[in-house]
Amino acid sequence: MRQPAYRTPRIGESTPELRARLHAIWETAPGWRGWLSTVDHKEIGLRYIVTAFILLAVGGVEALVIRLQLAGPDLHLLTPEQYNQFFSTHGMTMIFLYALPILSGFSNYLWPLVLGSRDMAFPRLNAFSYWVYLAASIFLYSGFVIGAGPNDGWFNYVPFAEKDYNPGINEDVYALGMVLLGISTTVGAANFIVTAFKMRAPGMSINRLPILVWGTLTANVANLLVVPAVSLAFFLLWLDRQFGTGFYQPSAGGQPLLWQHLFWIFGHPWVYAIVLPAMGMVSDGLPVFCRRPLVGYSLVALGTVATMILGFGVWVHHMFATGLPALSLSFFSGASIIITFPSAIAVFAWLATIWTGRPVITTAFLFFASMILLFVIGGVSGFMTASVPVDWQLTDTYFVVAHIHYVLIGINVFPVVGATYFWFPKMTGRFLDERLGRWNFWTMFVGFNLGFLPMHLTGLLGMPRRVWTYPEGMGWDTLNLITSIGSFVFAIGVLIFFYNCWKSYRSGAPAGANPWDAPTLEWSIPSPPPPYNFAVIPTLASRHPLWEDRLDESEARSSLDRGMTLDEGKETIITTAMDAEPDRIVEMPEDSYAPLLLTIGLAVLFAGLLVKLWLVAGLGGVGCLAALLLWLWPRQEMRERSPEPRKIGEPAHG
Amino acid sequence: MAEHALARPGQLAVGPIGRNGLGYWGVAMLIATEAALFGYLLFSYYYNGATQPPGWILEPAPKMFPAVPNTVLLLASSGVVWWGEKGIEAGRRGQALLGFGITFLMGAIFAAVQIYEWLIKPFGFAANSYSSLYFTTTAFHMAHVIAGLIILAALFGWTALDYFSPRRRIVVSAGVLYWHFVDVVWVFVFTTYYLTPYLGFGT
Repeated sequence: MRQPAYRTPRIGESTPELRARLHAIWETAPGWRGWLSTVDHKEIGLRYIVTAFILLAVGGVEALVIRLQLAGPDLHLLTPEQYNQFFSTHGMTMIFLYALPILSGFSNYLWPLVLGSRDMAFPRLNAFSYWVYLAASIFLYSGFVIGAGPNDGWFNYVPFAEKDYNPGINEDVYALGMVLLGISTTVGAANFIVTAFKMRAPGMSINRLPILVWGTLTANVANLLVVPAVSLAFFLLWLDRQFGTGFYQPSAGGQPLLWQHLFWIFGHPWVYAIVLPAMGMVSDGLPVFCRRPLVGYSLVALGTVATMILGFGVWVHHMFATGLPALSLSFFSGASIIITFPSAIAVFAWLATIWTGRPVITTAFLFFASMILLFVIGGVSGFMTASVPVDWQLTDTYFVVAHIHYVLIGINVFPVVGATYFWFPKMTGRFLDERLGRWNFWTMFVGFNLGFLPMHLTGLLGMPRRVWTYPEGMGWDTLNLITSIGSFVFAIGVLIFFYNCWKSYRSGAPAGANPWDAPTLEWSIPSPPPPYNFAVIPTLASRHPLWEDRLDESEARSSLDRGMTLDEGKETIITTAMDAEPDRIVEMPEDSYAPLLLTIGLAVLFAGLLVKLWLVAGLGGVGCLAALLLWLWPRQEMRERSPEPRKIGEPAHG
Repeated sequence: MAEHALARPGQLAVGPIGRNGLGYWGVAMLIATEAALFGYLLFSYYYNGATQPPGWILEPAPKMFPAVPNTVLLLASSGVVWWGEKGIEAGRRGQALLGFGITFLMGAIFAAVQIYEWLIKPFGFAANSYSSLYFTTTAFHMAHVIAGLIILAALFGWTALDYFSPRRRIVVSAGVLYWHFVDVVWVFVFTTYYLTPYLGFGT
């Protein structure tokens, strides 16, 4: 049916008839067809979350093997080459295949729900982003399973990554796989940015965005601008390895430090990209259990953005020991110290929220609140190494390893597990078990600190990172043994978490629409949400639509049961970027195979490049082109000039 | 009794009208990330160049012919494609077809001349990191020209099928925006590889 160019949307109540009509419009087809073609953000979000958690488990097992190897001096569980592959693959998995994708998963699932929309801005791009993430994960692991995983650390410095020193296929898989993964991250970032600015319910002006949205938005602006740096770095490395170019080779007029610059121009903003959304989870979740709004909303939001802006200018602190000019060191050291100011705002806001609130101690609260402590420890050790002389002393020691794990486990894993306890009832309609939750929290918390707090000391005592084993009598034996024990305790905690998810998914206590009595939009709809999310488009009057009667901040109340019905097609509303005034009705795409086909084309292309079968690569490229044309073909109902399509069976001359 | 704030919009556009729509934002995002990519390519050039002794640039005085006329041709094609877009906006299909067709030809000539330039370069792809950067950067640009040519061909075909009207034409505006990007980014590539040696960079 051809769409009229303009329409006045009908206003109505959320009636059973309306909900049934919307359900039929928005439902994904059952069976494998729907499974392969769905563009529902909730389905895609859950796939992201499950895939990322599986990869977390895989990366965790790698870590345990590493810890067994290091549990005592002179152990030979792994060969040096195997050890290299294990720690490199562990880093690659946790940093690239778990840490961001898990946050993308939560944001994918939650954004339209917290924003009051029926889907993301580009649902097919969303599906594409997931498929490419899956393809890249398989691609990146294909080397490891045949014994040719990356072996040069996750940041993969040249010259060791060059062919002269590393002749196997290991680094080629890593290089091409990272370029492929970059496509997923980039399209996901574009989707988040446009969604944040355009896909909000009327009244959700920019100063009413949940902090989760601020965090993910900021992180993805960074991703959009810095992922090309690492994709380029890996692509140039692949050219160096396969075509004898000399981008990073001094003998050919190249510059090994170029790798480090390109990598860290990406790498440092990336560190913020994998913590800011998680900090947003805490900023939105913690206040619910403190029974009050977040203290200092505006400062936290601005602090998030300011952290990211400064985050673009600190990358050289990863390169203090490379002999750069003193001026450069001073500048980047200063920037790295200053960045603690905006990033500390959130800490004080959380503390004040707990202090002035009435905390309800749930498992989610424990994870969120303990994260503040871990964040401070990880932040302080980072602040220490921002100082050049301290960094020169500590660089490449286990102190840095302890720091990165406090940052990534403390500010990513702990909030994510807390967020799972918080939002699991929304996603499944069931609570996670609280008693198991306590066991889960305390094993993870004790195990983590037991493992990683002593590691600071290991580093201060001079143990270099990335050594395969170490001799007796260096003073590192006991510390390493404690770390290994701690890592296994931590792993048991994670295992309890997975068990809790599995058990509660099947038989957890049923949760209603708003089990935590939380204030934001996602809790105004049933758990789990229907395919269309909101039967009527809500209108917001405050930041806490479900707490308005209690807070009584203003006369106006949000309208949740009455609003635009938008039931004449797969429709939702888009609003203006700042004030969220209704702007236009948007026709969302139907389920589509195009994202999957494009992913298959890309996978064939990259596989062809990897084995240097140019014909295969070319076929993959042609496949991509065909999938893109299918995807972008102008939709009939959005055309005004070509003839009105006839219904099947209708006579040609009616 | 508190009052309910209820958005009660009057007439709203359904789907994209003109260039206003999500697709235009999407292409803007694509351009932002691709612009960053070219930024990093040029950064690599300047960084490698600044840390190498003189003699790194294998062609210290790049020839201005045919590079300058070719650059002018590419920039002029931005004007032609704009004129074609105006044709869609005014409902003049002939003008649009002519505009997209001529732009396609200009882009194709640019690509052919660029390939010719590659062939007459006195150095190969892997001679040193300068030559690698020169060929890689211009090849990245070439890939964008080819993507742009495919887009232009699609726009030409869809216009011939009479898919677009002055209101429903976001596909055209988004595609034309991409072509402008392909042209503008060349200015930076051209300035870096053809002009900065004359300003003393790396020589």
